[in-house]
Amino acid sequence: MHYRAELLEKAKRAINKKAALGPDVDLQEFEKAGVAHKELTDQDLLRLPEEEKKQLIMSGLDPTEEQRSGTFFQMDTKTVYCDVKQKGVEVIPIRVALQEYEWVKDYYWKLVSVDVDKYTASVELNLHDGYVIRALPGTRSVYPIQACLYLGKEGLQQNVHNIIIAEEGSELHIINGCTTSPHLKRGAHLGVTEYYVKKNAKLTFTMIHNWAEDMVVRPRSVARVEEGGLFLNNYICMKPVKSVQMYPTTQLVGENAVARLYSIIVGSPGSEHDVGGRVYLKKPGCRAEIVSRTISNGGKIIARGHLIGEVPEIKAHLECKGLILKGGVIHAIPELEGHAEGVEMSHEAAVGKIAQEQITYLMSRGLSEEEATSTIVRGFLSVDMPGLPYQLKAEIDKAIEASDKDMM
Amino acid sequence: MLVIEDLQVELAGQTILNHIDLEIKPGETHVLFGPNGSGKTTLLMTIMGYPQYHVKKGKIFFKGKDITNMPIHERAELGIGMSYQRPPTIHGVKTRQLVQICAKRKQGVEELARRVNFEDFLDRDVNDGFSGGEIKRSELLQLMAQDPDLMLFDEPESGVDMENIALVGKTIAMLLQKDLEEREGNNRPKMQKKLERTKMGLIITHTGYILDYIAADKGQVLYEGYLSCVSNPREILNCISKSGYKECVRCIIGQNS
Repeated sequence: MHYRAELLEKAKRAINKKAALGPDVDLQEFEKAGVAHKELTDQDLLRLPEEEKKQLIMSGLDPTEEQRSGTFFQMDTKTVYCDVKQKGVEVIPIRVALQEYEWVKDYYWKLVSVDVDKYTASVELNLHDGYVIRALPGTRSVYPIQACLYLGKEGLQQNVHNIIIAEEGSELHIINGCTTSPHLKRGAHLGVTEYYVKKNAKLTFTMIHNWAEDMVVRPRSVARVEEGGLFLNNYICMKPVKSVQMYPTTQLVGENAVARLYSIIVGSPGSEHDVGGRVYLKKPGCRAEIVSRTISNGGKIIARGHLIGEVPEIKAHLECKGLILKGGVIHAIPELEGHAEGVEMSHEAAVGKIAQEQITYLMSRGLSEEEATSTIVRGFLSVDMPGLPYQLKAEIDKAIEASDKDMM
Repeated sequence: MLVIEDLQVELAGQTILNHIDLEIKPGETHVLFGPNGSGKTTLLMTIMGYPQYHVKKGKIFFKGKDITNMPIHERAELGIGMSYQRPPTIHGVKTRQLVQICAKRKQGVEELARRVNFEDFLDRDVNDGFSGGEIKRSELLQLMAQDPDLMLFDEPESGVDMENIALVGKTIAMLLQKDLEEREGNNRPKMQKKLERTKMGLIITHTGYILDYIAADKGQVLYEGYLSCVSNPREILNCISKSGYKECVRCIIGQNS
């Protein structure tokens, strides 16, 4: 356990280190002590109170587990349910994994540095739990694995570390929902995620944030994609939250590796989102695409994107589109960085309103002004996410559908 | 029936239409001629109810109701529909979805699309990258689904290639029930069939190609905001192509003086 001691030492030194971006959060204000929860059975999942179940469903966790290859469910600081149905796929609580599997240390804090800022440091110093999900070489997960990180205790700081490994030639789909009890108001969620997409593997990771109005959220994640690998990352956040700041990084380290990052963000009054994606293209044939759709209903949204092409024969595109519907701020910051001749990189950014012409066109087909607006907004948010299994697509459509009512 | 009385319309503070009187009876199709900028599209948009076209004077009645200040979607519900010349692109909204909106809860979007050779476009975003002819077929498909009683066509043949013009022409004829005579199982005398027609049409055309497919009842010329010369559309077209719109103006002046 020598390496853990070193990590803790490093973390201690960074505990007051402010993050490069986003409002600084005083972590002392939050509790970190463990919260007792009993473990659940699959039957218990179905018997959860309706309003709690609704929160889970809205964040992509289906308590019936139909059309899911596995489930990981953490309440506050404790994993209460962990089950996998498909051979060749492993879902392990990270604390268990760290104790029982020697190989985990080859992945733990190997992409994200423990001393990036006080948030990563705090996760290591007070690790609650999180998961390791691994698809063995050649395994194809038929249905997505669902994971849910749930906050129920008022004022808690939830510290989570996840590791996802798609071994050579495997295919893995994960829906990761983060949500709170319907009664919770204030809390913090710090989550470190390290993604490993090995040679010719395919990983889709869809994160649905379904927070509460006074939640502070600081995810820190890095992905590493090897030759011929594909990393599809979708992010959806349509509910109010006090502050989310994240700038996940993807390293395309092998030839023909591909990353596609899509995000859909709705900013409500009092919410602040500083969200982006950064992709390094390090080998010829690498491709990357970052697409974001943001809507402000009075919140503040900073939509970042940064593509770094280090070698020739790479192709990358960045698209940030924002609609300001009911006040607020949308600040699009697209960045392109080419380091070699023969890179092909482009970006497209737009912030505006719905064209009146589109509304009247739909009205002349019989829709009221409200219906026309909602149809256009829904269209704006329905980004085509190529290669997404239909179950995931259905989840995303459901999330858009459900929040549509709150938005208008 | 559509009745327009002494209509005056402004766009961005400028008077575009003046003293317009127009009556379209059930079963009638009118053709609207006029040079560029004469106010033809303005007239159609005003009938449809676009708020930027301000009615300063006069009234519009449809099916006995005063619709002068009625919002667009209520006019659509009452049975007015329009085929646009340059409709907007709407990203993320599929053509199928829009046709379904037009059709309300009715089924059979695929079947309708087949009739205008448009099945392959149903899953594309509305008007996204459509060619001139594709736009027209998309507009006609929407009207087929909507099935309004009064149809306004803004240059339905512009940008359509020769191969598709017949399809567009025949579809409009079908929409306006101008093909009742040819429909199967109808053996009643021609004049009687004409009486069965209820659909009304107002078509803007520059070229008149559309007249090869649709027996229009009346032609009108709009010139500098004034409507003139209610006559046989073929005759008007001949006159315009021989002597130009200026000759039509002489009619207006003749009428008004």
